[in-house]
Amino acid sequence: MQEVAYPVLTSLVFFPLLAAFGLFFFRGDSAVRIYTLIVSVIELMLSFPLFTNFKLGSAEFQFVERIQWVKQWDIEYYLGTDGISFLMVILTIAVLPLCVLCSWSYIQTRVKEFHFCLLFMTAACVGVFTSLDLVLFYVFWEAMLIPMYLLIAVWGGPEKKYASLKFFLYTLAGSALLLVAIVAFRVVGGTFAIPELMEKTFSFGFQFWAFLALALAFAIKVPMFPFHTWLPAAHVQAPTAGSVILASVLLKMGTYGFLRFNLPLTPAASEYFAPMMIAFSIASIIYGGAVALGQNDIKKVIAYSSVSHMGFVTLGIFLFNLRGLEGALFQMLNHGIVTGGLFMMIGAIYERSHSRDIYDNLGLGKYMPAYMGFWGLFALSSFGFPGTNSFVGEMLVFIGAFEKSPWIGAMIVPGAMIAAAYMLRISLKLAWGRPSTWKGWKDLNLREWTYLAIPAVFVFYIGLAPGLTFRVMDASLIKLQNDVHTKAQAVNIEDERPLEMAWNSIKNIVK
Amino acid sequence: MTFNPNLILPEIYQFLVIALLFIQSIGTAKMRVKVGPWLPMAAALGVVVAVVSVGAQGLVFWDSYRVDHLSQFFKAAIAIGFFITVLNASRQPTLDKEKTVDYFLFLALSAWGLMLLSSGVELITMYLALELSSYSLYALIAVRAKSKDAAEAGIKYILFGAVATALALYGLSYILAGMHTTYLSELVKADWSFAASPMAVTGMALFLAGMFYKLALFPFHFWCPDVYEGASNETAAFVATLPKLGAIVVLIRLATMFKPGYDITTMLAVLGALSMTFGNLAALVQTDVKRILGYSSVAHAGYIMIGLVSGTSEGLAAASFYALAYVAMNLTCFWVVSRVAVDGRNLKLKDLDGLHKRAPALAFALAVGAFALVGLPPMAGFMGKLFLFSAGWNHGYNWLIIIAGLNTAISIYYYLGLVRHAYTKDAEDDVPLPDTSPFSLVGAGLLSVLVLALGLMPSGVFDLALSAGGSLLP
Repeated sequence: MQEVAYPVLTSLVFFPLLAAFGLFFFRGDSAVRIYTLIVSVIELMLSFPLFTNFKLGSAEFQFVERIQWVKQWDIEYYLGTDGISFLMVILTIAVLPLCVLCSWSYIQTRVKEFHFCLLFMTAACVGVFTSLDLVLFYVFWEAMLIPMYLLIAVWGGPEKKYASLKFFLYTLAGSALLLVAIVAFRVVGGTFAIPELMEKTFSFGFQFWAFLALALAFAIKVPMFPFHTWLPAAHVQAPTAGSVILASVLLKMGTYGFLRFNLPLTPAASEYFAPMMIAFSIASIIYGGAVALGQNDIKKVIAYSSVSHMGFVTLGIFLFNLRGLEGALFQMLNHGIVTGGLFMMIGAIYERSHSRDIYDNLGLGKYMPAYMGFWGLFALSSFGFPGTNSFVGEMLVFIGAFEKSPWIGAMIVPGAMIAAAYMLRISLKLAWGRPSTWKGWKDLNLREWTYLAIPAVFVFYIGLAPGLTFRVMDASLIKLQNDVHTKAQAVNIEDERPLEMAWNSIKNIVK
Repeated sequence: MTFNPNLILPEIYQFLVIALLFIQSIGTAKMRVKVGPWLPMAAALGVVVAVVSVGAQGLVFWDSYRVDHLSQFFKAAIAIGFFITVLNASRQPTLDKEKTVDYFLFLALSAWGLMLLSSGVELITMYLALELSSYSLYALIAVRAKSKDAAEAGIKYILFGAVATALALYGLSYILAGMHTTYLSELVKADWSFAASPMAVTGMALFLAGMFYKLALFPFHFWCPDVYEGASNETAAFVATLPKLGAIVVLIRLATMFKPGYDITTMLAVLGALSMTFGNLAALVQTDVKRILGYSSVAHAGYIMIGLVSGTSEGLAAASFYALAYVAMNLTCFWVVSRVAVDGRNLKLKDLDGLHKRAPALAFALAVGAFALVGLPPMAGFMGKLFLFSAGWNHGYNWLIIIAGLNTAISIYYYLGLVRHAYTKDAEDDVPLPDTSPFSLVGAGLLSVLVLALGLMPSGVFDLALSAGGSLLP
């Protein structure tokens, strides 16, 4: 295995950003689209060294780049990737060309600005997943909000202003306390560098509050019930590419945050709060599924199903066993592939029928067999049909849940059944319903085939041969699980009662 | 007394500019209108002079005037701010032509007063410098052709200013009575707990009130939105930024006396918390852009308190850095306001509708300014807040930082409102077109770059701020 001679991660972060500014030299919408597609393919090619040089079986951070940024506060430009972030980086980069393709005919206004936002967004997202410095992480985390806000607010549906504002306020409000937590880590831990903070053990009182501050920001981003209300509005109003990025990449940032920060930095508090997080996760699974069952807007069904699916992810994370963690990370990847695919399909049918209501899109099976074929595949995967990718992830979470407690396992079984119910209901109507508004829509064209076939391949590949994915993630997850366990044991919870401490400090202030 | 004029080069230079303006103002009518060609260049040269003098150090005027890193940092910031406001005000639709020279004369005088204020280390010197900078502004606020609101704002500013001044003077007498000195170097050695010297602490609280008035800190803020609203856009740009620098430099000097845990420090922290909360909540319901910026400045005054109460040189440096960042981002917003209001009217939020189509560069600058004021990375406001929070944590006021964090969340709504109107709404047809001349666009571009650069590469400036803050504390 050879070291790569150039900074791979930096190139992945800054290439799309610089390329975004290149857009200003192009005139004509087609030129802009072709240019962005080429940029996205080059970005994919730039990620090849990641595949060839990533050391499987190593839990260490790889491709590390470290440069001093603000020396007075030890803020660094510090990038690196391990088994957890590797998959997310690849997912982010792989989604970009699909987004360009699925927006090809959908976006007709302000095309240049739209693609600028897409590229900016990709740069920020890769930055989030590769940052190993808390401040750098926060910079990318917040920077990504601006293009996403604009994607919804400018190119969204009729209620776009309301949806975009809600999205922005929720997520930014959540991360206000994240900044406070970051500062607290620096002051108490003496550094902003995440790997170094992971080595330290913080008092339980500190962990208690830090966990809550971090968890609020991440729970909103996931989103977990009851912080999910921004998601359906944002999904439904966003343009197709916006929904795809939102579902495939943005939601993962919340769960990634739990894995990268809450578990290793506040292990004792994570265990302390695990029952609460598990309860919220189960509520998300059941609630998201139940609401999805009652929707007629296809996009809303998939949006609420995301709440449910992400519930499986957070559940897996807070089970604290290896199966749960593996399942969680698998589901993060799978949800990105499958829900991204479903949103692209909804975009494709919306371009034909100009409606997302199930009853305006009945009976597609007869006229658009290829479309229904893809839909069926993604739908089956969405509720975890054996042989598809989601089956692997969901199964692992189930095993983890039953390992932890049969009660938890029993409680999420209805969630899986509801998922089958809402996906089959919608698929049934789409495929075999009696068409009432049929206008001779054409089946998939080459461009649509291309952007749907790619995720479809991964549905089967990960579903049938998950071995490689396991090998990428396992070392990091095993280390994470061990670290959490040992560090949680090292902290004495009994000696420090955080609520009492907080009350005392409030009394001191008032006094 | 040995006196080295090199030490006060920026002040001397600014005084020369004032003298030239004075000569021009008493000249013929024809002479009086032409400030445009030379003043911006002179102000730009002033920036160079101030930057060159950053390293100067020494005590002059019987030790009442101290030239150190802190004063020079702020003088450079004031010179930059003065240069930008001169450029901004050089195209002022509501200013009578024959008043142009007088207008800039007062502007320059006020900036000069602020420069003096940043070096004052003796209470009476500080008081005089404060008055010098304030008196000029009293006249400036009311200068807005045919506007009753401007007259009202002027009167409001004078009256409240007079009360605040009286309070400060009254406080000064108490400090003198309690501590028997007006020199900060002596005062800093004293015990500033209420139990030890109740009279001096009371006096200091009153003296601080004068500074709080300048800074528009709650509860001394009520003039601020009204005055911004009444004054012309260009004057408001000055009033909203530079006098704050003066107040902050004084507060930084005084803050060296207050250790965390002192009653007076806790009072500052509580006022900071109230200020940010009140400012942000009040800004939520405003529709006038200048009133929004007015209440936002009340909130920002509160954020700066975090650095002042931290009791560390990092805290003071963070406050200095934030003050500079605040001036940059606020001037960016005011630049856009002045360029959009080509007829000099007050802008409502809906006047910003569709700005991205009519003037993309101005819309971008507004977005940069507004997001910086929120504290979104990678803009200057984020780094400023990060420094403040980092410096303040674990010095007894963690609750203040949490309140600041929550307040940041509240403030998103109204700052985003500015961007929302500019980017997602369409303009009505009869709205006058904004100024899209190269002057306007280049200015907007440079200010945006400044705000972004302070956020992305804060190291150099923070170093200066740190040596400024470090020179005060052990």
